[in-house]
Amino acid sequence: MSSHASNAHEMDHGSVRSYLVGFVLSVVLTALPFWAIMTGQFEKSTAIPLVVTMAVIQVIVHLKYFLHLDFTPAGKANTFTFLFTALIIVMVVGLSVWIIYSANAMMMY
Amino acid sequence: MSLLGNLSLDAIPFHEPIIMITLAVVGLAGIAIAVAITVYRKWGVLWRDWLTSVDHKRLGVMYIVLALIMLIRGFSDAIMMRTQLALATNGAEGYLPPEHYDQIFTAHGVIMIMFMAMPFMIGLMNIALPLQIGARDVAFPFLNNLSFWLSAGGAVLINLSLGLGEFAKTGWLAYPPLSELSFSPGVGVDYYIWALQISGIGTLLTGVNFLVTVFKMRAPGMKLMQMPIFTWTCTWANILIVASFPILTAVLGLLTLDRYLNFHFFTNAAGGNAMMYINLFWAWGHPEVYILILPAFGIFSEVISTFTGKRLFGYNSMVWASGAISILGFIVWLHHFFTMGSSANVNAFFGIMTMIIAVPTGVKLFNWLFTMYRGRLRMTVPVLWTLGFMVTFTIGGMTGVLLAVPGADYVLHNSLFLIAHFHNTIIGGAVFGYLAGFAYWFPKAMGFHLNERLGKASFWCWQVGFYVAFMPLYVLGFLGMTRRLNHTDNPDWNIWLYIACAGAVIILVGIVLQFVQLYIAFRQREQNPDTTGDPWNGHTLEWSTASPPQFYNFAELPRVRDIDAFTDMKEQGIAYQRPASYAPIHMPKNTPSGILIAGAITTFGFAAIWHIGWLAVAGLVASVVFFLLRAYSNDVDYYVQPNEIERTESAYLKQVGVAPLKQEPEEVPA
Repeated sequence: MSSHASNAHEMDHGSVRSYLVGFVLSVVLTALPFWAIMTGQFEKSTAIPLVVTMAVIQVIVHLKYFLHLDFTPAGKANTFTFLFTALIIVMVVGLSVWIIYSANAMMMY
Repeated sequence: MSLLGNLSLDAIPFHEPIIMITLAVVGLAGIAIAVAITVYRKWGVLWRDWLTSVDHKRLGVMYIVLALIMLIRGFSDAIMMRTQLALATNGAEGYLPPEHYDQIFTAHGVIMIMFMAMPFMIGLMNIALPLQIGARDVAFPFLNNLSFWLSAGGAVLINLSLGLGEFAKTGWLAYPPLSELSFSPGVGVDYYIWALQISGIGTLLTGVNFLVTVFKMRAPGMKLMQMPIFTWTCTWANILIVASFPILTAVLGLLTLDRYLNFHFFTNAAGGNAMMYINLFWAWGHPEVYILILPAFGIFSEVISTFTGKRLFGYNSMVWASGAISILGFIVWLHHFFTMGSSANVNAFFGIMTMIIAVPTGVKLFNWLFTMYRGRLRMTVPVLWTLGFMVTFTIGGMTGVLLAVPGADYVLHNSLFLIAHFHNTIIGGAVFGYLAGFAYWFPKAMGFHLNERLGKASFWCWQVGFYVAFMPLYVLGFLGMTRRLNHTDNPDWNIWLYIACAGAVIILVGIVLQFVQLYIAFRQREQNPDTTGDPWNGHTLEWSTASPPQFYNFAELPRVRDIDAFTDMKEQGIAYQRPASYAPIHMPKNTPSGILIAGAITTFGFAAIWHIGWLAVAGLVASVVFFLLRAYSNDVDYYVQPNEIERTESAYLKQVGVAPLKQEPEEVPA
């Protein structure tokens, strides 16, 4: 259709530098929790939050450096689509878990 | 296992005179239509210009034809239920035995939601949306054709169940464990699963298609917050489609595994949990009702704004109210099963969310009222539907807020009060909206006018019939009558059942008048042409094209500077302008691939229903082969040459210039 000429890739696809930054950050964020668990020097109550925090940060690193989600005018649509999807999944899955657990509790499973 | 799987002559219900007579009538009508097409030599036209068309306007018309056919089927079910209940009082049995009656109320719900309302909505969206944003077609025209045929394939399956085997007897939700193999061993639930699954995939593809269309193909200059309001509400509906239909696909898939491969997702035994089906089904089902109603809200907005001759009041709030409804629509679904017995906190959360969703809806209602305020409302048919909606839907909304109170819901759930409520919102909201849109865009899509008097008569029959048919159900709900009863034995209920039946007959007259109106409009199409392309003095770009629009929609893409883009052009004096020269237009070619792929998938569905292994494999393989043939075909597009555009545009502009401009004064009193 007429717009086919204009819908070519407008998005930023990153540079070697940004990929390297993302890669190094990901390696660090993977190595850190790995080291924390392997050396066994942390309590379980410390180790688990540490691993989860690193995981969440790494998700954000991937989104920024590899999926190129940002808030520039060109990138906003993708970012908001992603956030909306995440919101819906969190709501539907989260509320479903709450609903079914509560129902099971009432049934004394 | 025979060559025909479980299918045999026993599957045809010879012992059911009602079904056999229906089949005979449908068969005769089918033969009559086929003969007529042959006599008038229209098979070629039908195939080349319609069935294989990738033109969004023609697909829109075909969607609406599908919706009207299914409306007849769904309403037949409705009037059978009402007459049965009016006859089967005081212990009488009526004329519909329970196993037939159960199929009727299931079919009524499935058909009206999935095969009447959805195609009607998608049809109107197809006709109007690309024109409103100044695009030449949707983003993926072939996919659009495939979506239509997948919807039609689902409709074919559900209609086949009438004459071959049975339909589900589970209610339109097909809750397990009743819908599991142990309690529903017949093919009814399988028909349900495959009809919904196939048409649901079509709907999902439509949602993707139109989202890409509005994001990528708006006319130059049109910002997102300048899209016409109908386009916006459809966009929200499409976002809901994309987010929610996969849930339906998944939950039906799980039920399929239960029924076909002995899984235990929703069974009572072996760790299954039927509650999860109910939960997931409504996680789709509630957004679905907003998918139906949001485009209707958009239609009312367009109609009110056009026929008052004013800009829509509160455009921004309208867009964001629709967005709020879309997101809130995803966190209210438990109100469909308060009585499942989750915790009090869960019920309270969902009850409150449900009440909150009434707020953005109220914003919209006030926007419409303020749009009308000090405007000059022209009392046309679309306006009548809109006014009828505003009153009727408000009542339905209020009974909804009542049902949103979990305590009240425990009393009223499963009663006719609930039935009255959701018909109040779906008929008074969605159906009135689609009929308003039908009357509003009919001259645009077809190039001639509907009959105004018959349209008004039809509206009044619907409006009056609705109240006569459904207000008694509120009363019956309070009197304790539950839904899905086959016969009753309570003398207090009788009078209300009789009144409701009379109401259904009044609605029947309204539907008949709607078809008579169509017939007369076709008969008198030469006398009532819409030569201007702008019969209502419209505000948006679809009215800047001919009626019916040129197949390429816009010879030159319009430049948009305002929400009411066409009003802006008319005020600037740049409407109907002839450009210095025309550039070639890139257009998609019609293709039989959609009908072939969907036909193969429908064949697969049919084979799966009857456990005909070889046919299922053949259907699947054929669908993949047809898809690959399409995917590797290079013969998919062409260019319309400037001289052809020149001819078409000249004819249109001459028509506009010659035709007496019947524009009514458009003034806003200061």
